[in-house]
Amino acid sequence: MKHSSFFWFILPTATAMLLFIALPIISVLIQSVHTPHDAVLIETENCGPFGCTTATTIDQEATRALRDEKPLGKFVGLDIYFDRGHLAIDEVAETWANADSLGQFFSDLNNLPFYRAMAFTLTFTFSVTPLMLVFGLMIALGVNALHQRIKGVLIFFSLLPMIVSPLIGSLVLFWMIDSRGIFGSALQWLFDDPDLSLKASTGLTWIMLIVYGVWHAAPFSFIVFYAGLQTLPQDTLESAQIDGASRWQQVRYVIVPHLMPLITFVALIQLMDNFRVFEPIVGFNSEAHAASLSWFIFNDLGGETRLLSSAATSSVLTIIGVSILLTPVLIRTWRDFNAKS
Amino acid sequence: MFLKKLTLAGAAILMSGSAMAACNIDGRVSIVGNEFPAIHAVADGAKACSGGEVKANLTADHQKINVAGMTGNPAEYTSAIIANSSIVALMNEDVIRPLDDLVAKHGQSLKPNQLIKINGEVMAVAFMANAQHLVYRSDVLEKAGIQPPKTYEDMLAGAEIIRSKGLMQYPLGGAYKAGWNLAQEFTNMYIGHGGEFFKPGSAEVSINNAQGVATLEMLKALSGYMNPDFLTHDSNATSAEWKAGNVAMMNMWGSRMGPLKDPEQSTAEVVATTTLAAPMTVGGGSTPATTLWWDGWTVAKNVSDADAEATFLAMMNGINPNRLDDEMAPLAVWLIDGYEPTPAAVGVFAAANMNATPYPMLPYQGLLHTALGAEIVDFMQGKESAEKALADVEAAYTAAAREKGFLN
Repeated sequence: MKHSSFFWFILPTATAMLLFIALPIISVLIQSVHTPHDAVLIETENCGPFGCTTATTIDQEATRALRDEKPLGKFVGLDIYFDRGHLAIDEVAETWANADSLGQFFSDLNNLPFYRAMAFTLTFTFSVTPLMLVFGLMIALGVNALHQRIKGVLIFFSLLPMIVSPLIGSLVLFWMIDSRGIFGSALQWLFDDPDLSLKASTGLTWIMLIVYGVWHAAPFSFIVFYAGLQTLPQDTLESAQIDGASRWQQVRYVIVPHLMPLITFVALIQLMDNFRVFEPIVGFNSEAHAASLSWFIFNDLGGETRLLSSAATSSVLTIIGVSILLTPVLIRTWRDFNAKS
Repeated sequence: MFLKKLTLAGAAILMSGSAMAACNIDGRVSIVGNEFPAIHAVADGAKACSGGEVKANLTADHQKINVAGMTGNPAEYTSAIIANSSIVALMNEDVIRPLDDLVAKHGQSLKPNQLIKINGEVMAVAFMANAQHLVYRSDVLEKAGIQPPKTYEDMLAGAEIIRSKGLMQYPLGGAYKAGWNLAQEFTNMYIGHGGEFFKPGSAEVSINNAQGVATLEMLKALSGYMNPDFLTHDSNATSAEWKAGNVAMMNMWGSRMGPLKDPEQSTAEVVATTTLAAPMTVGGGSTPATTLWWDGWTVAKNVSDADAEATFLAMMNGINPNRLDDEMAPLAVWLIDGYEPTPAAVGVFAAANMNATPYPMLPYQGLLHTALGAEIVDFMQGKESAEKALADVEAAYTAAAREKGFLN
């Protein structure tokens, strides 16, 4: 392709990416190193239905003057990144100094919101991603072996968890596992423990979220792998059969290598998606036991007093986290690409 | 033809309905607010005005959109319906206008206590009061042979009797959902213990004290008699538990009493025995462990004077005393002139008579509320000590207050 035609070909995409991806990221970066100006507080007399009280409010005139002078706010560098709500450098150092053992250090670290969210997010990402790959492959192999007539119906039903919007799906499950819901009551009866509550235990909540994550994401890998199976070279498979390969050996040495590029693709997408886990946390009301960076952003923007700088910082940390997670996969893809050319 | 007649007839009925209010506006009105029946009633009144477009966006997520929707110029929302906690966010961002001139011009029917004055200027018009107070099932208490509790200590003792007699496994209810609701319960109980949230005259938090510990310990003791899922139960879920007949006593919002006494929403037994009472005290204190709230409306700063006047008139029509009929009156404890207390208002009136404390209207109270909702959860689950939880709250608040420029 000539350079000029390539330029015109890529121009619309590049413009859109610049406008909708690069600029917002830059704006978030700028916001994350600024905070609002120091509030000018004054004592005022406030009156209402329950009488008058002296209270503190913000002096709007003085604050506006500060804002007009420097609309971006106060430059604070990386202060927000290092505060307790995020990387909590001081608190971590203190924890390290006070901890008697490594176990003690990690359990104390779990008290800081960022590290607690990381513990859950990473556990979630690294259990859901492999499980959904395995389940997706199993469903794809199963459906592929079926008779043509019932395939269509089964494909539709297997896709349902992905079609249901995540928030609705998690809400449905949330009520089913309620201690008065169908699963919750069944478990209480099964284990003969009337106090058993999935929602009250951190461990069980994590398991529940992981099960939900796999349930929701498996159809995606299923449909990609199923499409991949349609391109499987039949002669390779037949020669493997003639060589006496068992069903397991056929999957291990013929089918999986053939699907490898797709597996990489699905793993890539899912690592990204699972690291940003959000809807199930809202749907399951699980913030008491499990949170993620995305949930922090939502919480910062939704509180009575919005914390914009904090939300911006969490966004940047999410981007950094996703980049770190994806690096190994990207390096591998890059190597494969170079090996081929 | 038939359709046309029908439309005309419909319009005529609507006109006659709003004729008594005779509300004519000349401008754009767009309302954002929380979603519950009383607010719907006010918004419907505003919509009855003719002459200009009146829109209302009522949603439980109103706090996530009202500041953003009022920051632009012209603002998307010309009025936000808020409460004494959420007006602070609008004040902090300076997006609402003083109403003194409009009150002088059009606000003759307002009672003085409806005017929310901040620093001498009217910033909002309150139309209803709200408070959390005790509700109990008279039949269950009778069977257990106990009196309705006056204090939280009585409530604990009563819950133990109900449980030991096998009447109910989880006799207590409460909106203890992690986040805003749990923080609200802490606020109530801390005020009941006589605690002060901040060092006088500063934004420096001081809750890690004897009152704070006593507050947490009381909350934990109460939660022992609640459905084990309590950390996921908000007011809606707690009300549902009540209507299902699973709860005997709880501290609940006055604005939720209408549905609890509604025969269509629960069994006859539960509705008949649901009894409202005054809020309880705690730890031998005399201040009830609850907070007083008002709900009111504001007018945006970044709109034209014509739109602001139209908004004021439309909202005035929403709280017009003539609209207080049998349907609207039981929805809330109205501050509107001519309101006669209904049976659903007993608890809120009792709270006001006991001189309950209004929820603090401080610029940084919301940050403390958020920090409380997130950090005392570990204590409620038995994962850490009360002192540690309170220290965590203080640390989380301090980080947030530094970011917002309230602390250096």
